[in-house]
Amino acid sequence: MKSFFYNKLLGGKQGAIGLLVLALVILVVFPLTLDLFRLNLVGKYLTYAFVAVGLVLLWGYGGILSLGQGIFFGLGGYCMAMFLKLEASSPENTSIQSTPGIPDFMDWNQLTHLPWFWKPFESFGFTLIAILVIPTVFAFIVGYAMFKRRVGGVYFAIITQAIALILTVLIVGQQGYTGGINGITDLRTLHGWDIREDSAKYTLYFVNAFLLLGCVMLGRYVLTSKFGRLLLAMRDKEDRVRFSGYDVSTFKIFVFCLAAVISAIGGAMFTLQVGFMSPSFVGIVPSIEMVIFAAVGGRMSLIGAVYGTLLVNFGKTLFSESFPALWLFLIGGLFIAVVMFFPNGLAGIYAKYSQQLAACVKSGRGCARSLVEKLRSLRPGSRTGAGSQAGESL
Amino acid sequence: MDGYSFADLQAILIMQGFAGISLFSVLLLMALGLAIIFGQMGVINMAHGEFMAVGAYTTYFFSSLTQNYLPGFLDYYFVFSIIAAFFIAGAIGYLLEFALIRHLYKRPLDTLLATWGVSLIMQQLFRTIFGAREVSPALPDWLLGSYEPTEMIDIPLNGLFVLGLTVLVTGGVFYLMFRSRWGLRVRATTQNRVMSGAVGINTKKVDRLTFALGCGIAGVAGAAFTTIASTGPTTGSLYIVDTFMVVVFGGAASLFGTIASAFSIAQAQSIMEFFLSGSMAKVFTLLTIVVILMLRPEGLFSTKVRK
Repeated sequence: MKSFFYNKLLGGKQGAIGLLVLALVILVVFPLTLDLFRLNLVGKYLTYAFVAVGLVLLWGYGGILSLGQGIFFGLGGYCMAMFLKLEASSPENTSIQSTPGIPDFMDWNQLTHLPWFWKPFESFGFTLIAILVIPTVFAFIVGYAMFKRRVGGVYFAIITQAIALILTVLIVGQQGYTGGINGITDLRTLHGWDIREDSAKYTLYFVNAFLLLGCVMLGRYVLTSKFGRLLLAMRDKEDRVRFSGYDVSTFKIFVFCLAAVISAIGGAMFTLQVGFMSPSFVGIVPSIEMVIFAAVGGRMSLIGAVYGTLLVNFGKTLFSESFPALWLFLIGGLFIAVVMFFPNGLAGIYAKYSQQLAACVKSGRGCARSLVEKLRSLRPGSRTGAGSQAGESL
Repeated sequence: MDGYSFADLQAILIMQGFAGISLFSVLLLMALGLAIIFGQMGVINMAHGEFMAVGAYTTYFFSSLTQNYLPGFLDYYFVFSIIAAFFIAGAIGYLLEFALIRHLYKRPLDTLLATWGVSLIMQQLFRTIFGAREVSPALPDWLLGSYEPTEMIDIPLNGLFVLGLTVLVTGGVFYLMFRSRWGLRVRATTQNRVMSGAVGINTKKVDRLTFALGCGIAGVAGAAFTTIASTGPTTGSLYIVDTFMVVVFGGAASLFGTIASAFSIAQAQSIMEFFLSGSMAKVFTLLTIVVILMLRPEGLFSTKVRK
């Protein structure tokens, strides 16, 4: 049992150390050093990290690039928001409306009763199940239709992107049912527990952090199992796996559903921590941004994805506060640089350096020079001068 | 359909149909460039919409120049700006291929991400240079006004112009791809890169020019677009998904499929828009395409190629 826990969930010594450091950073360092406002912000970033972790499984190991992970983040977030909104719209709270007891945006759009699909969300149990089940079912339908017909690669990316667009347009267009472009706002309590209070924010931050660590461990478990090996094999030589008698499409559907569920948990935690949900977290732009979080962290590293998310978002907050114009140049350059020069992201850089450093400590000689050479060899495009020049000037 | 007489409905059908044709023209112009790049080269260029914006901004730039320095020339500048849009967008495409795309031919998903980055940078460049507000060029007089065959029907001239331009460009692309030596080389490279290289085709040069041509056509689309709507920094990104859907729906390597799918998508959207709200029309159109693509992933017209 102990070895199962150690080997499968933590991923051996190397993995356990990585996870321990990550746990220390998000459970101890951040809460001790940041004020509540910043901590809440970090909590928000960590909810994106769920999506990035899902993308590591789906894209890094499965080789399936979905540009619609915002869909699942949004579905999870909206399920939670619907429950919270109904609780915030009790007849006493909404007595000034022409129809008390329904959410305010419905009243503004002349709805006089609660639509049928909102009704089940009065139950917390149903909501929790819905957060996990609705994205899974949705991912299953999309995945089944696509993977059974062997649609993959760029086609899958384009179609998931189109679905993200459809969902956004639908949410924005159907204001009376969804809250439109503003989303579902003004969420207050969870079973009478005020989620806007400071203590609640601390609690939610820790719940979120533990859930994230749990998802990373789940990812580890999946990747160290036989399934993880098959996933890699499928990515690199799909036909060979198929000819060996494995049902490739079922594995793909499974990993797509798994990534969807993990993203949805992030979405639900986002709603709880930030206090609203809107279509701006569902569409094409956020979905692609979440891919870059995973890419910066390292598409092959679950832990790297978390750091990548944090780093990009810290950067975004820092730059868009002081130089908003510069940020788009930077993130654009980041997309290009990660793809051209650091395909394995931070985790790749770390892996190269940590070996080098360990060797340095042992021998103690000629470190600096070999490190520089190592850095040069890290860049696959560095041999062709034009490419690297363009990258540097951007 | 209460409240509409037969004559009303007929007029609505014709006018909405024509609005659909204008949308069709822009979609087709955008999609032609993409069909060449994606269909022939297999490269996903997410910055394609921004190349359209380059064309639109070129037109705007020429229009302001003409207004300020050569007011008498205002009737003719538009034709020149279309040509300029083609060459400027094409030149930028050529550079982009040289600097970025050619390193990523073997990694299509990564190309997608990198070109997305390019599109973000270009959007911010537009914002820095031309401002965040939407701009539109001063159109020559002969593009304003409308053609009225009967009292109820009212067809705008700019739509007719764009339609004519589209026919011209489509014809040109068809000629280039299927009737010229250069097109032969492009198609040969698509079908078998190694063999094409072996028989003496400079495949790298073919790639670069193909990419530049696709971007140039997007520039023309942008110039045409200015006659219909105003241009902002994010205009291009609004159309990119639609354009990809047109190309994929039509069948990636089929020029005829691209035309047919641009036509059906534009008509469906424009006619539904009259009866439903704009957003629901878009939802239904896209949803239909996605469902059809799930049932028939190769698109409407697939070329029969062994993989």
